Amino acid sequence: RFHNLQELRHSASLANKVFLQRDYSDGTTCRFQTKFPSELESRIERPLFEDTVKRLNIYYAEAEKMGGQSYLEGCLACATAYLIFLCMETRYEKVLKKIGRYIQEQNEKIYAPRGLLITDPIERGMRVIEISIYEDRGSSGSCSGSSSTSGSSAR
Amino acid sequence: MKHCEYQQIDPQALSTPTPTLPPQHAVVQEEKKGETARRKWEDFPGKNRFYCDGRIIVAQQSGVLPLTLGLILVTTVLFFVFDCPFLLKHLTVFIPAIGGVLFVFVVISLLQTSFTDPGILPRATPDEAADIEKQIDNSGSSTYRPPPRTKEVMINQQVVKLKYCFTCKMFRPPRTSHCSLCDNCVERFDHHCPWVGNCVGKRNYRFFYTFIVSLSFLTVFIFGCVATHLALRAQGGRGLMFALQESPASAVELVICFFSVWSILGLSGFHTYLVASNLTTNEDIKGSWSGKSGTEDTGNPYSYNNIITNCCSVLCGPMPPSLIDRRGFMPVEESSQTVATEIELAAKNEINVCQLVLCLSVFVCMAHHHPPLGGQLSGLCSVLCWLMSKCTQGTKDLLESASRSPCPQTGKPQTVSTSCPDSIDPADPAVTFNPDVTPDPVAVPSLKCGGRHHSHTTSPPDEPRQLHHHHHHNRHHKTRSARSSSKRAALHISNPAYNVSLSPPTSPGLGPSHGTGAEEHVRDSFATLH
Repeated sequence: RFHNLQELRHSASLANKVFLQRDYSDGTTCRFQTKFPSELESRIERPLFEDTVKRLNIYYAEAEKMGGQSYLEGCLACATAYLIFLCMETRYEKVLKKIGRYIQEQNEKIYAPRGLLITDPIERGMRVIEISIYEDRGSSGSCSGSSSTSGSSAR
Repeated sequence: MKHCEYQQIDPQALSTPTPTLPPQHAVVQEEKKGETARRKWEDFPGKNRFYCDGRIIVAQQSGVLPLTLGLILVTTVLFFVFDCPFLLKHLTVFIPAIGGVLFVFVVISLLQTSFTDPGILPRATPDEAADIEKQIDNSGSSTYRPPPRTKEVMINQQVVKLKYCFTCKMFRPPRTSHCSLCDNCVERFDHHCPWVGNCVGKRNYRFFYTFIVSLSFLTVFIFGCVATHLALRAQGGRGLMFALQESPASAVELVICFFSVWSILGLSGFHTYLVASNLTTNEDIKGSWSGKSGTEDTGNPYSYNNIITNCCSVLCGPMPPSLIDRRGFMPVEESSQTVATEIELAAKNEINVCQLVLCLSVFVCMAHHHPPLGGQLSGLCSVLCWLMSKCTQGTKDLLESASRSPCPQTGKPQTVSTSCPDSIDPADPAVTFNPDVTPDPVAVPSLKCGGRHHSHTTSPPDEPRQLHHHHHHNRHHKTRSARSSSKRAALHISNPAYNVSLSPPTSPGLGPSHGTGAEEHVRDSFATLH
């Protein structure tokens, strides 16, 4: 079955949610674990998924990169008593917008046709990448859509 | 006692995204149920206050911020009015100029420290919390003791323990700490500063540092200028008293500056050390990386081992965004909202009934401290609590008002209370509710300490351990939203009473329902534990 994003919201019902947790092996910088969750095994090919997560990690690393440009930004901000934060968009925010566009694009092209939806981590406090798994409303009656909290049967 | 009641209500259909709601917003929400979009700050679960439609965030109590601002303003104004004209005439025009620049820096950085989101982590959504619970259960030990709420990660080849935050329902990221004053988890939590009236965390640490450094410059500058001023006036053998008589305001400034310069300079020096070693006040005080446990492995895993790199990363690093999205609009879900508003309406009607019930139960429990009557009273109280559990939205309001009501504690708990911190978080309904209602002295400490359990690094004492564990198990398995939390409280009342095996209740009507309810509950917890 193939969905697009709109169809997903109207005709499919939420079956389960998978959460990709943060990977703190590199400190407090934002990275997500690339471990492939078992619930997605039948839904999406592993290389596609890992590619998405790796790309997100690259973007976040770019946002938090400490290099010449960020130091310049920081020093300039300090010199103006941080008032430029009120009028200027920081590099982090620019990269976050880029990430939002990327996730939207990935959802449209890859995930929605497979009945999946990625939630932007910024909406979850950068704690997790939430992947919602949808089922066709007509098909599986065994799927208790709202009981994802019990987490027992995903399919 | 019917425990199945709460399970029948599907939390997914009911709950708004935020797990808890402060009491004043409950009323606001009922009034606004006709409006379509609400901003997220209006339903913020922490204890912060918002101004300018969510643009400005402050802690619940402004602390001494007005005093700080007042002192700075008064001293600087006095300086400009009384000392600057003299110094302008006799020395140089740069003195007021430098003073002005410093003053502007101080005030701006102070306001930014106070009004900026320090790096608050939004609470876990119910789905996330459930997922984490599932993971904890799967990796749990086979012993009766429930698994410890910590997770170990490797950061830069060093083992770091992540603690589970019971309020925010998630494992805290490294360097994150929960501020009890603001009731939020804050990233890279430094400390809660009453002088600025806000937490100091990842996002506003650089503002705070700028504030204290510029303030120390300003204080030293004013002190020096005033001293110079007085010295110049006292020249020619006229004496200091004459100078002070001519310019009394300078005396005030001298006193203020003299007393503040030591503390401000000390604080600046301390924070400069922290910045250079990439530490937080919280870590430094706790001695997380100073090798207190004696292992060679400790050392700050976040430090770059280079002073300049540390300074740059802390002060000039990229500015992370605010994660709480104060001004975003709440997602509107039609089905859940209609159910939610219905529940709210019903809750409002039941509030008065529940308040009456609560007062009755408190009165009943307070009137008799007799152990032989304990069983009967506990049964009565559990029925009353079950009645109370029917109130969904209004319960939190009730609990807050109950905590403020002048009901002294029923029994003196034994050794446990000493291990519990004194401040009870009134936002946690389970903690607020129980001490006033339960007659069981042994139950009181377990329930009282339950909400604070996550702040303990040591394990709780053996005696009420069972009760602690039942309490936590109940909380994490059966609750999803604030509406269920009242039911959680109801569960606790029955459970400890059952465990402590008081004399059987004399009234047969209450007995069986009470017993079976608790039995089913205990059986359930046993099943999940083993």
